[in-house]
Parts: sequence; structure tokens; C-alpha cells
Amino acid sequence: MTLGDVLQGNNMQLQILLISRIPRLLSIIITGIGMSISGLIMQQLTRNRFVSPTTAGTINFAQLGMLLAMLFFTDSTLMQRMTVSFICALAGSFLFMVIMRRIKFQNTLFVPLIGMMLGNIVSSVTTFIALQYNLVQNISSWSQGSFTNVLRGNFELVYLGIPFVIIAYFYANKFTIAGMGEDFSKNLGLNYNLIVNIGLIIISLITASIVVTIGNIPFIGLIVPNIVTMWLGDNLKNNLGITAIVGAIFLLVCDIVSHLIIFPFEVTISLTVGIIGSVIFLFLIMRRKSYES
Amino acid sequence: MSHKKRFLILIILTIISILLYLFYGLNPASYRFALSRRIPNVLAIITTGSAIAVSTMIFQTITNNRILTPSILGLDSLYLLLQTVVIFLFGSSRFGIIGSEANFILSAALMIIFSILLFKVMFKENQNLLLLLMVGMILGTLFSSISSFLQMIIDPNEFILIQNQMFASFTNVQNSLLRISVMTSLLAFIWSYKELKQLDVLALGREHAINLGIDYGRVVRKLLIVVAILISASTALVGPVTFLGLLVANLAHQLFKDYRHKILIPGAVFLGIISLVAGQFVVERVLGFGTSIGVVINFVGGIYFIYILLKEDRL
Repeated sequence: MTLGDVLQGNNMQLQILLISRIPRLLSIIITGIGMSISGLIMQQLTRNRFVSPTTAGTINFAQLGMLLAMLFFTDSTLMQRMTVSFICALAGSFLFMVIMRRIKFQNTLFVPLIGMMLGNIVSSVTTFIALQYNLVQNISSWSQGSFTNVLRGNFELVYLGIPFVIIAYFYANKFTIAGMGEDFSKNLGLNYNLIVNIGLIIISLITASIVVTIGNIPFIGLIVPNIVTMWLGDNLKNNLGITAIVGAIFLLVCDIVSHLIIFPFEVTISLTVGIIGSVIFLFLIMRRKSYES
Repeated sequence: MSHKKRFLILIILTIISILLYLFYGLNPASYRFALSRRIPNVLAIITTGSAIAVSTMIFQTITNNRILTPSILGLDSLYLLLQTVVIFLFGSSRFGIIGSEANFILSAALMIIFSILLFKVMFKENQNLLLLLMVGMILGTLFSSISSFLQMIIDPNEFILIQNQMFASFTNVQNSLLRISVMTSLLAFIWSYKELKQLDVLALGREHAINLGIDYGRVVRKLLIVVAILISASTALVGPVTFLGLLVANLAHQLFKDYRHKILIPGAVFLGIISLVAGQFVVERVLGFGTSIGVVINFVGGIYFIYILLKEDRL
């Protein structure tokens, strides 16, 4: 497909552009923004650089919800899956926050470790249920994040994330304060529980909408906010916009890379992001180590 | 109740469950065949149960934490990745030809090499255990994203074969592999016998242990290698049993309420054997469940983990 074809009004090419290419672009941008913003909020609320939907198990809870929706409502609509998935993700985030508060030994690495254990456990519950209904391969296909199946008409649910990203912008400063602890925020006249709950609802909704339509894309919520913070400092309100942009660009680049590696086929984006993301994440924790010593 | 009584009860329970497993529903016509199948299964269960109980106990003491299991070193994901790659490259038809022995040795060796490399790189200069665990976990996530990609594009018929490898199964254990696995585990145990005695001191924490004259870095590295060997030997034999260790180590703590490892470790071993044998018996014969005990254990262990998280005030 060339630009010339489209401009000459080649109908076929125009259709490809409208039905496949543009929806794909939009969904990549929204996913990139949504995941990195929810990671950023989570990091502010927990005061921990290494917490994100991937390392807190939120994604695994959302997947469990999706499986449950498939089992309870045969021929479930996207909206039903989304709802159940959202409820599970929310329950998971609350559980994580409860656990977080009990951990007296607040080491920055210990918290994500517990979160990832929790995530693994939830996945093993998902696998257990899936095995009873012979859905294991089915799960591993939809839990892989991929934009290949994005066509006009089946991805619009990701738009649900947009209003919540905007709400997040208005609450940015409050999230920062809430992250400083319950007593501190009460001193400043803030309804701590309300703010934390709003944050968790935003995170869970964005995560669920992405898991249901696109699948799991690991690590974005973790590395994008960290890179932006390394570069620009720690002001949530200023960083939100840039984090969103960097998240979208990062995911776009990863998508192009997954197109090119084994052209004319393509690798799923969750694999590309998984590899690039884990390398960057390893670099981030090593770098933290060299700061300490 | 004294420790002696508790041990007596555990031993009796172990014997009862093993006898039940071996002799339940035998008929005179086919008892030879049935026993020839059941005895290796029970031996495999005893090996894995003990290996996992011992390794988790060591691991939790080293990390000073009761909610971690060695699975976060990423060994399970590495095993699954290896199996997926082998099936993906050679296909199910030739998977049989490679032979389970070669497969066993290959996976066990690679898992041990991987963990030794990881410990060498990560634990040498700065003895930061959490960092080591985090790196292991991230590598584990990386391995599982590669294997789920391969699983997605593989032929569904061949996927069944991978699915069999995904969960621990104690049936169809080969005698030759069982022997290698038992030998390796025993050797690892004897090799580290001196360090195992120092576990009580290590449980006091890094600073105290160093103060009391423990060569912390060396001892912990050696014990970690033992943990890796035990886990690799049992995983390559029956498949990943991720959360069994969590279950039995915590039950041992609850039951004995002691800090001495010469009591805790045998306790955990008995609990591991009982839960696997009795679990296998109930799942297989009483419930007639098609799924393997490994899946059920992961499920139960997972729920127990969440229960501990919610119950304990201090983690």
C-alpha cells in the first residue's frame, strides 16, 4: 500500500487503511498511554518505583476475570467480559494494597516480588480452571497481547480508558499526596481512602479494557514511567503527559519491530515488549544498585 | 504435645497413606502388574516431596521469609521453555525418539547451569538476595513470554504434549530417571550437610549470622546451589510443582512452632510426602478426577498463600 494509491482514490487500499491500519494505530496509541499512565499512578500510590500492573498481579486478575466471563456467559459479549474482568482486577488491586500495608519490611524490591508471586498464583488458579474445560491453549492465545486482530468494530472498548486517563490528570497531585501515607494526607485534609480507591478503580478499568481487547502486554507500565522520571524528575502532574506520549511511542516502535523481525510474518507484540522490557527493567534495578553503593 | 508425639503421628500418617495408595483396590489377578506401576509412582512422590520440602525450607530460611518459594528463581519457567522449544523444534513424533533420559539430563543440567550462572553473576560482590530474586523472577517472566509465544503458534495437537509437561504428574515415572534423581538429590544433601547445620544461625538474619562467625556469602551461595539442584532434579523428573513447598514449609512451622531446622526439615519432608501421596490417592481413586495432583496442589497452595498474606500481621 502506498500513499499514492490512497490519494488516487484506490478504493481497496482506502478500505485497508480505514478498517485495519487506522484502528490498529489508534489501539496501539491508547494501549501505550493507558498502560503507562496506570503504571505511573500505581507507583505514586505505593511510593515504589517497581510496582505496575505487571508486578502487582493486576493483569493476572483481569485474565482470571476474562476466563470466568467466558465460562459463565457462553457467547459472552466483549462488554460482559470487560465487566467481570474489571471486577476481578479491582479485587486484585485492593488485595495488593491490603498486603502492601501489612508489609513492615518496606524494601523497594520486596513489594514487587510479593506482587509477582501473587500474580503467579492467580495465573495458576486460572490454569486450573482452564484445564477443567480444556481451554489452556485458548488462554495462551488470548493472553498474548497482539494487535494483529484489531479491526474496525472489535477494538473500540479500549476507548473506555481515555476518560479515565483524563480523570487521572485532575487527580494527579492528590495521588502524589496519598502516596506519602495515610496520616500525612489526612493532615493535609485529604480523604485518603477515597483517593486511593479512585486510583485503583482507574488502574483496574484501564487494565481490564486492554486485557480484554488486546491482551497482556508486560512491563510497559513499569519501564515507561521510570524512564520519564529518570529524565524529568518526580512531578506527577508534569510527567503525566510526557509519560503518555513516551508510552505510545514505545509501543509503536515495538510494534514496528515485531513487524520487521521475521517479515513478512510478525511476532506478537507482547514477546517484543517482553524482551525489550525485561532487559530495560534489569538495567533499571542494576542501576539502582550502583546508586546505593 | 511433644515433638516426639507429633513425629510419631506424622510417621503413622505417612505409612497409612503409602499403604493405602499401594494396596487400595488390588485384586489377586492383576496385583503384580498394579504394584509394578504403583511402587515407582510412590517412590517418585517421596523423592519429589522430600526434595521440594527441603529446598523450600532452606530457601525460606536464607531469604528470612515465609512466603517465598524457590520457584521465583525462574526455574519452572526455564523448564517449561526448554520443553516447549524441544517439542516445537522436533515435533511430537521425534520428541519420543529423543528419549526421556536425554530430555531429563538436558533439562536438569541446563536448569542447574542457569542457576549457578545467575548466582555467580548476581551474588558475588554485593550480597543482595532480593536483587538476585528479582532478576531471577524477571528472567522467569521473560522465559514464559517466549514459551507462550511458541505455544500460541504451535499445532494444537502438539500443544497437548506441552500441556502434559506443564503440570507435574507422578504416573509414568521411569525407573532409570528415578534412580538418577534420587542419587542427585541425596548427593546434594550430603554435600551440604555441614551448611545445613548452620541454617539455625542463618535464620537470625544476615548481620547476626556474620557476627556469629558464619561465612555468609559462601554458605548462602552453596545452599542456593543445593536448592537449585534439588528443584531441578525433581522438576525434570515429574514437572513443576510450584506451590507445594510453600504449603508444607508453612504447615511445618505451624505444627512444630520451633526454630530448629533439625526438627522443621524432617517435619516438612513428612508433610510433603503425606500431602502428595494422600492427595494423589484422593484425587485419583476417590474423586476420579482426570487432572494431575500437581494442578490441584498449585490451586490449594495458591489459596493457602493468599490466606497467609491476609492472616499474618507482619510479613
